[in-house]
Amino acid sequence: MAHEEIDKVTGVATTGHEWDGIKELNNPLPRWWLWVFYATIVFAVGYVFVYPAVPLVSGYTTGLLGHSQRASALADAEAGKAARAEIGQGLAEASLDQIKADPKMLEFAMAQGKAAFGDNCAPCHGSGATGSRGYPNLQDDDWLWGGTLDDIHTTITVGIRSTSEDTRVNDMPRFGDDGLLDAKQIRDVAGFVLSLSGGSVQGADVAAGKEIFAENCTSCHGDDAKGSHELGAPNLTDHIWLYGGDEASVINTITHAHRGVMPTWGGKLDPVTIKSLAVYVHDLGGGT
Amino acid sequence: MVSNRHGATNMTALRAKPLMSLEEIGYTVFLGLLFLYCVLAAGKAVDPGFAFHATLGAIASAAGIFLIVRSYIDRDGRVEPDEINGKPNYNLGPVKFASIAAMFWGIAGFSVGIWIALELAFPLLNLDLPWTTFGRMRPLHTSAVIFAFGGNVLLATSFYVVQRTSRARMPGLVTPWFVILGYNMFIVIAGTGYLLGIGQSKEYAEPEWYADLWLTIVWVAYLLIFLATLWRRKEPHIYVANWFYLAFIVTIAMLHIVNNAAVPVSFFGSKSYVVWAGVQDAMVQWWYGHNAVGFFLTAGFLAIMYYFVPKRANRPVYSYRLSIIHFWALIFLYIWAGPHHLHYTALPEWASTLGMVFSVMLWMPSWGGMINGLMTLSGAWDKLRTDPVLRLLVVSVAFYGMSTFEGPLMSVKAVNSLSHYTDWTIGHVHSGALGWVGYVSFGALYCMVPWIWGKRDVYSLKLVDWHFWISTLGIVLYITSMWVSGIMQGLMWRAYTELGFLQYSFVETVEAMHPYYVIRAMGGILFLIGALIMAFNLYMTIRHGEAEKPAADVALAPAE
Repeated sequence: MAHEEIDKVTGVATTGHEWDGIKELNNPLPRWWLWVFYATIVFAVGYVFVYPAVPLVSGYTTGLLGHSQRASALADAEAGKAARAEIGQGLAEASLDQIKADPKMLEFAMAQGKAAFGDNCAPCHGSGATGSRGYPNLQDDDWLWGGTLDDIHTTITVGIRSTSEDTRVNDMPRFGDDGLLDAKQIRDVAGFVLSLSGGSVQGADVAAGKEIFAENCTSCHGDDAKGSHELGAPNLTDHIWLYGGDEASVINTITHAHRGVMPTWGGKLDPVTIKSLAVYVHDLGGGT
Repeated sequence: MVSNRHGATNMTALRAKPLMSLEEIGYTVFLGLLFLYCVLAAGKAVDPGFAFHATLGAIASAAGIFLIVRSYIDRDGRVEPDEINGKPNYNLGPVKFASIAAMFWGIAGFSVGIWIALELAFPLLNLDLPWTTFGRMRPLHTSAVIFAFGGNVLLATSFYVVQRTSRARMPGLVTPWFVILGYNMFIVIAGTGYLLGIGQSKEYAEPEWYADLWLTIVWVAYLLIFLATLWRRKEPHIYVANWFYLAFIVTIAMLHIVNNAAVPVSFFGSKSYVVWAGVQDAMVQWWYGHNAVGFFLTAGFLAIMYYFVPKRANRPVYSYRLSIIHFWALIFLYIWAGPHHLHYTALPEWASTLGMVFSVMLWMPSWGGMINGLMTLSGAWDKLRTDPVLRLLVVSVAFYGMSTFEGPLMSVKAVNSLSHYTDWTIGHVHSGALGWVGYVSFGALYCMVPWIWGKRDVYSLKLVDWHFWISTLGIVLYITSMWVSGIMQGLMWRAYTELGFLQYSFVETVEAMHPYYVIRAMGGILFLIGALIMAFNLYMTIRHGEAEKPAADVALAPAE
């Protein structure tokens, strides 16, 4: 049978058991511990009465407060919508230029545009809208499909090479892959293109490149190589490059061509949000 | 049937070498059948991952049979006695293996953790390879630290503690080894599966059906041998550490089976479908997930605390009564707390409420363990200055107290609406994982390795001191950076402008967390450095440690 002994250090009795040299003191439960434990139980029971808690055969106890998380979240959402209804209605009816001209609508559109941009556009264009290789910088003055309010609005709505029927689309030929130009010719035309913005390609015959350019590229990029907003053809003289402006990148672009995709946002975002986005993006670096 | 490697054929030799025991025959037949299935499955496998695992299974089964037969031949008809000179003859081989495995997996798991922490800060580090993406490496990290490191620590200490506190040798010739090796085989199947992209998308229960089945078999063997050891005990009562071990083993079995109930698409393929669906699946998952924390990472490691803290401090446990009350309160309350992982989701609000109130009530039962651990130091606090191993154990209990206060706090719906999905959760988990589970495991291994290898003490206490301080700095960096980044993240997500639009986009919140991710990774690196120092220290202890004086190993008088 267990025989108690007194622990010399604390003066507390042991339980008299011993396992591998380990004994146990017979201290009572600490009072504060017990009271806090009771307090949490009281809190729990109280909470169960006040809030939805106990499942029944069908349904559950809804609690004395009649609180419902779902209802309160929906009410919050409705209140938010109501607060924005009036100005939202204004935006729906106004033209882009009118929005831009009205300080109150402009403030709202910029705020909405910024929020919508962050969650929908930033993954590709960057949270600062400065883009990256393959994703256009929206802060500069260079616009593939035009930088007016209406151009931007259209681009956002229909996308580029998107699933929309009205999508903006163009196809730069794969000059190398499809055998339209040989490697030497590509090198020459790359040399000519880079020379327009002060660059050069090693071993390229710029004069020959100019002829090749005239025969193959001007229909889209124009005689002056300044591109076309109508066709979405980039300006090749401005030293702004979507896919890189070094020798290898330009040769690569001519050889394989790039066909980047931007999704259509019409149908995904409501019309007011798209208008706000257009205003916001235009404000970043839009032109006329 | 009788084989004799000496080639003797006379009757005495035959009599001296009896047949294989029923246990050996049973395992040989079982592994033989498993081998046949694995060979068949490797041939008929419908996906390459399954073929790979079946091959591993075939090799492991064959190796298992080889080991059983070799040990049968080597033991030459002898069986290890239960007692030698009136002292229990403890079975320490499996304990040694699991101790080394724990150290190995720990370092592997910490390293993978650092890797994925760096991936979060510098996404390029995923190397654009499927095997090294965050999605595959993350379960590799969590499973390696929880189940491989933590699991081996639990196996090693439970086998050690249950024998010592029962004063009885663990029974079985094969079973202890089957449990240890079988469990580690599960780890290998699980880990390689993650890298190959095999998984059932259940957090902390990612392994597919065949790995789950295998673990079930191993776990039942574990339960049986643990119970059998308790059954043979020479002490009148079962020590509190063993209650906790038993709660851990029994509950994990239940959780594992229910959560992993699944129907394989083919018996020769890796893919299966879990039987639960929708929000019920979510609820079962977090009933499992939360109790993996409660019974694997809490009950199991409290068992370690209850043996190693009083043993190392050489002081009696503070309160027997507290140990009873907090044990039963913990066991009863923990199992209901799972829904707090699903606040503000499709889970019905009533379930969410119950999860919250049970979590709040869990606060004091959890702290009962902390009080019993810390107060056991009464009269021995001065030892903290001189014994870094005891310091690791005591600080682990302090971290346990902190995490088990933070947990109920975060389960409160209003707090959870801020903390949920943020890095605060990650910080909380790691204060528990690094501070509590890690430190109590380190402390236990520093104690146990010298004991089981018959050494006087650990090779260098100075190095333990270094381990303690370096890894503590690591934990502090880890937890504080995650608190700051988590709360910041939560506040940024809920910030609205005056006009009612979200103030920050998701990408901006990710950008804002970058510096904290870097700090967190640095914390992890410090923690790993500590563990490497430990591995060296333990290696030196085993290899070059000063042998224990035989006189110290006196048989203890039975307690009546």
